[in-house]
Amino acid sequence: MKKFVIGIAVIGIYLIYSIGIRHTNPILPIPSSLANAKTKSSGSGSTTAAATSSSTTSGSSSSASGSSSAASSQSSSKPSSGKYKDGTYTGATENAYYGNVQVSVVVSGGRISDVKFLQYPNSHSTSVYINQQAMPYLKQETLQAQSANVQSITGATFTSYAFIQSLHSALAKA
Amino acid sequence: MGMPVTLEIALVKEADPFDQVFAYFKDVDERFSPYKKTSELSLLNDGKLKEPDYSADMREVLELCSETKRISGGFFDIVKSNGRLDPSGLVKGWAINHAANLLRSMGYDNFCLEAGGDIQTSGQNEDGHPWSIGIRNPFNIEQIVKVVELSDRAIATSGTYIRGEHIYNPLAGYVRPAGIKSLSVIGLNIFEADRFATAAFAMGPDEGLAFISALPEMQAYLIGDDQSVTFTKGFEAYVA
Repeated sequence: MKKFVIGIAVIGIYLIYSIGIRHTNPILPIPSSLANAKTKSSGSGSTTAAATSSSTTSGSSSSASGSSSAASSQSSSKPSSGKYKDGTYTGATENAYYGNVQVSVVVSGGRISDVKFLQYPNSHSTSVYINQQAMPYLKQETLQAQSANVQSITGATFTSYAFIQSLHSALAKA
Repeated sequence: MGMPVTLEIALVKEADPFDQVFAYFKDVDERFSPYKKTSELSLLNDGKLKEPDYSADMREVLELCSETKRISGGFFDIVKSNGRLDPSGLVKGWAINHAANLLRSMGYDNFCLEAGGDIQTSGQNEDGHPWSIGIRNPFNIEQIVKVVELSDRAIATSGTYIRGEHIYNPLAGYVRPAGIKSLSVIGLNIFEADRFATAAFAMGPDEGLAFISALPEMQAYLIGDDQSVTFTKGFEAYVA
C-alpha cells in the first residue's frame, strides 16, 4: 500500500514537472526579431505549411488554426477599436500557382506600417484560369444573384452613385 | 469625395451624433475634393499652397499615401497621368475610420457607417446580430451576389467603375488591370481594407489575391471580368 502511494506521488510530481517544463520551454525557438510577434497564417487552409505558423508567443489560444477560427476568436477577445495589434506578423508561405508568396507585416500604432515580401514570384502570370488544387488558400464559386435583407451594400463608388441617381430619377417619375 | 454617406446606429442615446458625423465628412470633402477649386488639394495642385502651409490632415494623408505606395510595391500611387495628386483612394477609408472613432468617442459602439460603398461596422445591429452587408453585382447593379455578416469589421470594394481607367501599374504604366471586375476586401478597419483593396486591384487578380491573403486579418472576394468568382478561404467565415 505504501509503495502504491509513493508511486502515485512520484507520477503526480512528474506530471506537474512536465506541465511546468512545457510552459517554460517552447518547442520552437522564436527569433528575437519576432519576440513580441504573434504569427498568423492568414487566409490559409490546412495545406499552408511553414514552421512560422505553429508558434505563438502570446498566451492566448493557438493562432495556427485556420483563419475562420482565428477570426472568431479575434472578434470575441477584441474591443471594438478596430485596430490591429502592434507587432510583427510573419505569414505562412502561400502557394499561389505562379509561385510562393510570403510576407512579414509590421503593425505599429494599430495600423499596418510595413509589409516585407520574404518570397515573391518574379514572373507574372498571364493565365486567367485558376487551378484550384494549386491554390490551397483560394476557393471558387459561381456568380449568383441573391435576394436578401441587407443593411448596407458595398460596391465600386460609381455603381453606388449610378444606383442613387437611378433611384432619384425613378422617384422623380413616381 | 462628393459621395453619399449613410449611417445607421442601433440605439441613439442622446443629442444628434448624425450631424457631427456628416459635418465631419463635409469638412473632409472641402479639404480633399479634387473637383472643388477651393479645396486645399486643388490649391496644392495649382501650386497656390506651399508645403509649409499644408494642414495637419493633408500632411497625414500624404504621408500615409507614400507609405501605402511603398508597402504595395508602387501599385498604390496618387500621382495621376496629368501630374496632379489625387489621394481619393485613401482619403475615403481614412475619413470613415476617423468618423467611426468619432462615434466611438461619443459612446456609440453599435453602428454601420458607409461612404461611397465602403463600410465600417461596429458591434451589432438593433436585433443583436452582426450587420449584414451585400456585395453588389458589378455586372448588374440591382443585384447582390453575396451577403456577409460583419461585426467590428470593415469592407471596401474596388471596381473598374471608379478606378478602371486610371489605375497606375508601376510595371506597365496607366492601364486597366485585366481580369478584375470588382474586388471586395474585409479587414479590421476600413482604412486598411480600402487602401489595400485599391492596391490589390491595381496588381491584378493573381498578385492581388495573394497580397490580401498574406495580410493579417484580411480576406478578399474577387469577381473577374469573365464573371468568375475567387475568394480567400477565410472569407467564408463571414458569409451569411
